[in-house]
Amino acid sequence: MALIEIEKLVKRYGFVPALRGIDLAVERGECVTLIGANGSGKSTLIRLLCGLSKPTSGTIRIGGWMIPGEAEAVRAQIGLIAHKPLLYEGLTGRENLVFFARLYGAKPDRVDAMLERVGLSKRADDPARAYSRGMMQRLSLARALLHEPDVLLFDEPYTGLDADSSATLDSIILETRAEGRTLIMALHDFERAARLSSRIVLLARGKVAHDSAEQGAAVDAAALAALYAAAGGSSGRINP
Amino acid sequence: MTAAFLRAMIAVARKDFRAEARSRELLSLMGLFSLLSILIFSFALELNRTARLEVVGGVLWVTILFASILGLNRGMALEREGGGMDALLIAPIPRGAIFAGKLIGNFAFAFTVGVLLTPIMSALYTVPALQPSVIGALALGTLGIATVGTVLAALIGATRARDSLLPILMLPVALPVLIAASRASGGLLTGAANADAGAWLLGLALMDAIYLLVCGALFGFVVEEG
Repeated sequence: MALIEIEKLVKRYGFVPALRGIDLAVERGECVTLIGANGSGKSTLIRLLCGLSKPTSGTIRIGGWMIPGEAEAVRAQIGLIAHKPLLYEGLTGRENLVFFARLYGAKPDRVDAMLERVGLSKRADDPARAYSRGMMQRLSLARALLHEPDVLLFDEPYTGLDADSSATLDSIILETRAEGRTLIMALHDFERAARLSSRIVLLARGKVAHDSAEQGAAVDAAALAALYAAAGGSSGRINP
Repeated sequence: MTAAFLRAMIAVARKDFRAEARSRELLSLMGLFSLLSILIFSFALELNRTARLEVVGGVLWVTILFASILGLNRGMALEREGGGMDALLIAPIPRGAIFAGKLIGNFAFAFTVGVLLTPIMSALYTVPALQPSVIGALALGTLGIATVGTVLAALIGATRARDSLLPILMLPVALPVLIAASRASGGLLTGAANADAGAWLLGLALMDAIYLLVCGALFGFVVEEG
């Protein structure tokens, strides 16, 4: 049984369809990248997976738990890193992590371990509003990993990051992959998608237009760009 | 109420207190507005002592209500800035614990401002505002306002016109609390018809109980994206 099972998933905002019947099964340990033009449904799918939004119809199962019926159990297994840091700028880095550790029931010693892991130990007691964008995103990673989730969801996490911060995020993503976690990322960067992922799913107009697992072939950045163009997209980047 | 619920509720409230202790943004904003408001009312009613005594309860509660709206708007803006509300919503905690935690913070800030106003009211309006029954009325009234405000601020948090929408939505919904609190406080402050003040206080407590039940039940639906 796959860790994440999505069947006939439909999401509409009023009369506007965002997802039009997604079927997807993700095995434990896979790193799946969702690519697609703006409005193709990547972020909507991520929001549905983490329980921030409810499906119009269809089912989502994560670790055997259903969304939205058992969303609280699902949320305990998920970590989300989005383009917004999902942190409180009025608190220090450490206070942010202590707060989220309480919400997730994580052990207090995880806070220092995570600060060390993302390289923020020396700035842990500075207010988060004094952090650079890269530092905020590293703190966001620490928050998402605090409770050692099975599934990590990334919604365009590289937005606004410079080259150094992007490289740090790359290495942490590769580390979490090596730990056996299941990753689902929404990205615009074909080269990065091809380098980091074990599987690439192209979304177009709310449907799966291409799934590298079904095609059985490794996908490189150039092939992704061609698929993306064929699906009607035009703005994806081949190089970071 | 389970231990997990209580733990999450206390964590959310502590987070708000800690952030406020560092920035003092909400209390200074609400406090300054309240001070200016009762000063302006005092000057406007300066020549007529009878009128001042008749409206003193209304002045107090209109000031607290608008100060609370300011605080709720700013508090929700701070919650949205870094995606804080989404972070709360993806945590494995009951929606009710988020509501209760946010309510504790909102109530504490509004009540603190109300209590700080009482000696100034005493001085400007020559009424005995520093008495336990007035503080009790303040607690009940600000609890009602904070309860309604916590849900409405969350409801309009995702809309574009949120800053202007909160007062438009909140004033009619909070009107029963405003009337009961004004009548109760007015009676207590002027010393007239204390039996009436007691009845209004009882009504206020009942309204608080109803608002708490209804708003607590609605919060989960309000913050869920359909």
